[in-house]
Amino acid sequence: MSWIRRVSNVFRQRRLNREIEEELASHIEEAVEHGRSAEDARRALGNLLSHRERSRDIRLLPWLDSLMSDIVFGWRQLNKRPATSAAAILSLGLALGATTAVFRLVDAVLLRTLPVANPERLSYLAVSFVDREGHSDYSDEFDYPTFRRYRDQATDSADLMVIGIAARQDALLPLSGEPEKINRQFVSGNVFSVFGLQPALGRLLAPYDDVSPGGAPVAVLSYDFWTRRLGRDPDILGKTFRIGNDRFEIAGVGPKGFIGTEPGERTDVFLPAMMNAQAINSPGWTWFRIWMRPKPGWTPDQVGQALHAALLPKQIEEKQRILLLPAAAGASSLQRQYRQSLIILAILVVLVILVACANVGNLLTAQTAARAREMALRVSIGAGRWRLVQLVLVESALLAVASSALGALFAEWSAPLVVSLLRMPEDPVHIVLNVGWRELGLGIALAFLVTLIFGLTPALRASAAPPVGSLKGGEDPRSRRRLMNAMLAAQIAFCVMVQFVAGLFVTTFQRLVTRPLGFSAEHVLVMDVSATGEQPLASWIHVADALRQTPGVENVSLAGWPLLSGNGWTLNVRVPGRPAEPRSPYFLDVSQDFFATMRIAMRGGRDFRPGDVSGSSGPGASPPSVGIVNESFARTYFDGGNPVGRWVDVRRGQGPYTPLQIIGYVRDAAYRDLREPIRPTVYVAYGARTNSALLVRTTGDPLALAPLLRQRVAEAGPVFRVGTIQPQSNFVRWHLLRERLLAALSAFFALVALVLAAIGLYGVLHHAVTVREREIGIRMALGARPANVIRGVTGAAIGVVCLGLILGSCGGVAAGRVVQALLFEVKATDPEALTIPALILLGAAFLAALPPALRAARTDPAQTLRSE
Amino acid sequence: MPKNDTLQGSLDLLVLKVLSKRAPLHGYAIIGAIEEVSGEVLRVEEGSLYPALHRMEEAGLIRAKWIAKGPGRRARVYDLTPRGSKQLASEEARWTAVADAVQRVLKFA
Repeated sequence: MSWIRRVSNVFRQRRLNREIEEELASHIEEAVEHGRSAEDARRALGNLLSHRERSRDIRLLPWLDSLMSDIVFGWRQLNKRPATSAAAILSLGLALGATTAVFRLVDAVLLRTLPVANPERLSYLAVSFVDREGHSDYSDEFDYPTFRRYRDQATDSADLMVIGIAARQDALLPLSGEPEKINRQFVSGNVFSVFGLQPALGRLLAPYDDVSPGGAPVAVLSYDFWTRRLGRDPDILGKTFRIGNDRFEIAGVGPKGFIGTEPGERTDVFLPAMMNAQAINSPGWTWFRIWMRPKPGWTPDQVGQALHAALLPKQIEEKQRILLLPAAAGASSLQRQYRQSLIILAILVVLVILVACANVGNLLTAQTAARAREMALRVSIGAGRWRLVQLVLVESALLAVASSALGALFAEWSAPLVVSLLRMPEDPVHIVLNVGWRELGLGIALAFLVTLIFGLTPALRASAAPPVGSLKGGEDPRSRRRLMNAMLAAQIAFCVMVQFVAGLFVTTFQRLVTRPLGFSAEHVLVMDVSATGEQPLASWIHVADALRQTPGVENVSLAGWPLLSGNGWTLNVRVPGRPAEPRSPYFLDVSQDFFATMRIAMRGGRDFRPGDVSGSSGPGASPPSVGIVNESFARTYFDGGNPVGRWVDVRRGQGPYTPLQIIGYVRDAAYRDLREPIRPTVYVAYGARTNSALLVRTTGDPLALAPLLRQRVAEAGPVFRVGTIQPQSNFVRWHLLRERLLAALSAFFALVALVLAAIGLYGVLHHAVTVREREIGIRMALGARPANVIRGVTGAAIGVVCLGLILGSCGGVAAGRVVQALLFEVKATDPEALTIPALILLGAAFLAALPPALRAARTDPAQTLRSE
Repeated sequence: MPKNDTLQGSLDLLVLKVLSKRAPLHGYAIIGAIEEVSGEVLRVEEGSLYPALHRMEEAGLIRAKWIAKGPGRRARVYDLTPRGSKQLASEEARWTAVADAVQRVLKFA
């Protein structure tokens, strides 16, 4: 009880003082009552103040008391140097915030384990292969026949699971008239039991739900969806809802916190894999990942070997191999798309924080000149060594807490912003960002450590050195300058590395954005239209014509899929009398007016017209007999000559070659991916299909027309249903997402690092001028010219900056190798990639050096010498 | 008259003893009591009494409370805690032992 009171007494000092005073006063009164004179009594009692101090120290915790006063004092100290303190807090705070944000993202996307039993024992299958260009790659999506083969091979050694790729689909929920998009995931019947999950309501899917195709139309809702969309309705069990054309009965609700297996997606309903009935017996239709948990007594390697026996002879011939990838943190395309980018961002952000640490170190060290005197004064009036250390500790803690708070705020704001950059706004990424206590704690610790290391040195030095030296102002600043220069060099080196990598990403983004597409994506609306059953070309043309009548529509055409949708279709092509090309050209089935709608210029020949035999991309269709080719095709197959009227042989799969006549010749346009060079492409005539992309070129804002167009399609025929409608420009932007993220974040980091490096350089020079003011004054009094003075002050710094530049450039080139795979048409070894960051840095260095240099040059010798 | 530092060591003992017989007392009364009982032989340095009282209070040997003492005036009076009584007993025993020993040495002629 006593020390609690002593702690509380620290905070009630005024009252405590008053009590002690009152007691002493009553003592004197008592003495007066007993006939002594007040003066005598007071003299007998001695120095009242010192009594009060002694009694006070007994009745409270002196260390806490001094700590309190240190905090107040430390705060005053920080306030006294607002520029330095703000710079330190800002730079550490920004760097900490960026780090926290990036690491929270890394945690959410790559590291956080799924809330399932023994996640570390889970892995998912992939097949590695070498593509036609010789790049090694892997695919992790499988078809059901392959899954059966693997499952039969590994029955004894492992539980194999179908984990469907989460996909958005139209659904009609109970008590709701409007169809809405929900995220569904097909899973095999053993998934929930292997994951060790318990239902929050009803039951989960079981093996008996997953026996025959289309056999058990039941669904399990995710707890999140049940809460978000259905308000935790307990009577939901047994009700039915529709997804697409199928009706499902709600069997249960999954456990709280389990939102599927794909970081970035949030699954709303889980359906039995067998309910994807059409896909069950379709080889080549890949729609799920295969997850695996070894049975007790089996290692993943042994299972992998067992599975290897299930590879087809052709796969073994092509040296394909089964990979088992860890699935503890789930598996998603988001991870695959961003894994490398996130790791690179994490490295960049660590570099930024190193720059910030060096920066704060320099700022604090630069204060030492002023600080050393204060410390010496404290030592000379009797402050103990521990007292000085405590003073510095408190200041460090204040800096650390302030910058961490700033960092936490910044992270809170920026992390969701970064998440929103990961995908298109229409299809946002759903990830749960943890509060990040761990990162925050680490941040505070780091900030504390940095400020402490650099703050403690002057305290220890001052308390160790005889105060006289410092008070005389004659201490040796050289050792400190060496430390500052080393930190400055490191800071500039890290900064150059960040600049360099950021430059590569920004250039990549620019090259991709300004890359000629060959078509105009502006004012084009892509409507995803599906039909019940296959519809003949005439019906589709009828829909297109109906849209064409709409005011504001300039042109309409049909395509198997829009350009840059990520889809692609190839057929083998050979030109009689020429050796075969290593890569097959792309094919795309399009209707009349496709080139006019997309603004792809015709170079020769004619457009498709009614009566051209179609070459549908659908399975089992006959090979096309007429086609329009692009310039790249003409270059590759006809050495750049006009291909119109020429014949080529086309083969579908392993079928026979059939002749195809080239009737038209168009300019190159990007087809599948923005990054790949434009490949030879054959456009073939449109035919009967179950679904189409309707491409609508409008005169005004395309999205404004969307509701009207949707209605027109419905009027054109009851068999047609409109899915998503989005501008063609979305498909272009979609290809730029990762590059945009990398460019934006790395440019931000580069800016922060640059500002920090500039502040650091300024601090060092400012300090150099401050400690040498007297020397400069003497030199100028003896006739030194300002130019000489400036050279003397900045000479060392220029050397340090150059050293940092060289080190950073070396580091940058090394780092460039690592990021090469993410770059487009830019190499880490390009001369401009290195010179631009160097020039930017030199520019910043010049600006940072200017004020201290001018100050040195303007030194008034008379004034300086007089002030000493 | 004993010198100050001799008394200093035994001040705690004296205060505890006086409080054990005549509690509660305020500071001035404690000084008066010690002087009176010792027949004006022992004189307590007034300045050292209060820090000693506060120290013993923190150590839990005595407890203090404010009592009203006429209009608008109050006094801080001290009282022995059970722990203080125990401390007094052991201090007393120790003092007696030391005093006896000193006595024996003095009688050694």
